[in-house]
Amino acid sequence: MSDKSNSYLKNMLGDGMATHPRIEQGVQFLSSSKRRREFLKRTVSYFLLSSLGLLMSLPFLWMLSTALKPDALVFSIPPEWFPRPWVWRNFIDSLTLLGHPVHLYVFNTVLIAVLGVLGVALSSSLVAFGFARLDFPGRNLLFLLVLSTMMLPRIVTIVPQFILFQKIGWLDTFKPLIVPYWFGAPFHIFLLRQFFLSIPKELDDAARVDGASSFQIYWRIVLPLSRPALATVAIFAFTYHWNDLLEPLIFLSSQHNWTLALFLASFQGYMQQPRWNLLMAASTILTLPVLVLFFFAQRLFIGGITVTGIKG
Amino acid sequence: MERKRFYTKRRLRQTIEGYLFISPWIIGFVLFTAGPIVASFVLSFFSWSLIRPPRLVWFDNYVVMFTRDPLFWQSLRVTMVYVVVAVPLQLLFALFLAILLNQKVRLIPFFRTLFYLPSQVSSVAMAVIFLWIYHPELGLVNDLLRLIGVQGPAWLISPQWALPALIGMSLWTVGGSMIILLAGLQDIPQHLYEAAALDGAGELAKFRYVTLPMLSPVIFFILVLGIIAGFQYFAQAYVMTRGGPLNATLFYALYLYLNAFNFLKMGYAAALAWILLLIIMAVTILQLRLARYWVYYEFEETRR
Repeated sequence: MSDKSNSYLKNMLGDGMATHPRIEQGVQFLSSSKRRREFLKRTVSYFLLSSLGLLMSLPFLWMLSTALKPDALVFSIPPEWFPRPWVWRNFIDSLTLLGHPVHLYVFNTVLIAVLGVLGVALSSSLVAFGFARLDFPGRNLLFLLVLSTMMLPRIVTIVPQFILFQKIGWLDTFKPLIVPYWFGAPFHIFLLRQFFLSIPKELDDAARVDGASSFQIYWRIVLPLSRPALATVAIFAFTYHWNDLLEPLIFLSSQHNWTLALFLASFQGYMQQPRWNLLMAASTILTLPVLVLFFFAQRLFIGGITVTGIKG
Repeated sequence: MERKRFYTKRRLRQTIEGYLFISPWIIGFVLFTAGPIVASFVLSFFSWSLIRPPRLVWFDNYVVMFTRDPLFWQSLRVTMVYVVVAVPLQLLFALFLAILLNQKVRLIPFFRTLFYLPSQVSSVAMAVIFLWIYHPELGLVNDLLRLIGVQGPAWLISPQWALPALIGMSLWTVGGSMIILLAGLQDIPQHLYEAAALDGAGELAKFRYVTLPMLSPVIFFILVLGIIAGFQYFAQAYVMTRGGPLNATLFYALYLYLNAFNFLKMGYAAALAWILLLIIMAVTILQLRLARYWVYYEFEETRR
């Protein structure tokens, strides 16, 4: 870049002028100061990025370090940074030794998350297809309503929902955590609608000429073309169900129905001095699947958030 | 004539099909959202412990809430402090990270992942991890403070430091906002910066007169969602402090939960839910009004 501007200057000034030592010096001084500034800026950026990156990952490194420590090392003051020896058994012990059937909680959480994901992807895509590809009176108004429910805190509706589920005998089953999501979720409807809008409508018309029904267009054309959007919905929904505390806390009571999040939440505060290493191992188990999911589907995560943020 | 009939027939068909397609949402909306909101309103005029039959008390729940319940005001105060302090802090931090990531340096995807990931970690796991990190004797924070010769406070068991501790911890979850801001930054046309540079604008002026206005719709979006999230703040407070010590972290959502499911005051909780709904509506409308003065929409006239 600076070489180019040097030669550019030389051309501009003509040979005789550019070879004048003072002008040469000036040109070189200019470009080197610019280069130095650029270098400085880059160094500062790297420094800030690395130190903030370290800060952001510190809690998780500390979680891992604690999870791998033997009991005695956990309580050393000042805290030890590195486990000695590395106790990988903690991960297995955390599944049994905390006095809970943690493997059962893992199973429950997976079951709820998978059924929730299936339902929300199917129903939201149906609804989104209606909003994106069909024309009917009241459509825009209803879509506005979908958007506004996205802003509604769950805690507002949870008390009557609890009473409703109690009346129909669904408390302490997985149904209240799954069934509502089979009726579409506003965020996912919005995300899928945005994606469906980007698929050329000529495809629909061509299919209609060939005698395809709307449902066939949805099932055979739009859905297969929307795999990335559906995958985005799936990972967001999975993360949501996997991480959620509020609904399991309110709707589940028997211990054999607990989810992982509910289990970890039961170690409230510092009341019972828990075995921190096992608790951190359990936290790692709760954290890991989402991280793994993220690494495999990073682009979908980022794309999904960007759509909701910008086109809003 | 024929044609028109064909047209209306097709239109009718599309209308029926359209409503069939969106019917799952309509049913779900009535059953799980609109129904509960209306039920909540009715319920808020009753006193009901789930055990005995509900008793009509008219406006008692609201009167008690506003005049005789210091905990209601405390929960409102805690939530307000969180919204007023934590939400702007999160925004600034997210913006700072986004600007850093918008530089032309290598390893950007790596850092982006690093900053984003914590926001995807379960808030319960985060709560348990930070419970450990804020531990008065064994915790990482106080250990690091000891390194620089400071005796750290008891954090979550100190009435003064519990709320600041939660606010500090919330900075680990700004990843989503950061990604949205980064996308916003990358959407700003480069020629605006070049034009500003020709006018002799320095880095600071470019930020003030190009970046901020162009980013303002995104910032607005993040603020609206951030404030609503503040009113929903629950899991961390539930796991880490249960509202204590001395109600210093009694968030609104937590207080609502406790009323409904610990004290079994269903009617009172429903009244709290309705007040929350009104507050959120009021704050959002206020923000939309204020947006006119600071949110800049490019190509205003072409917006539908």
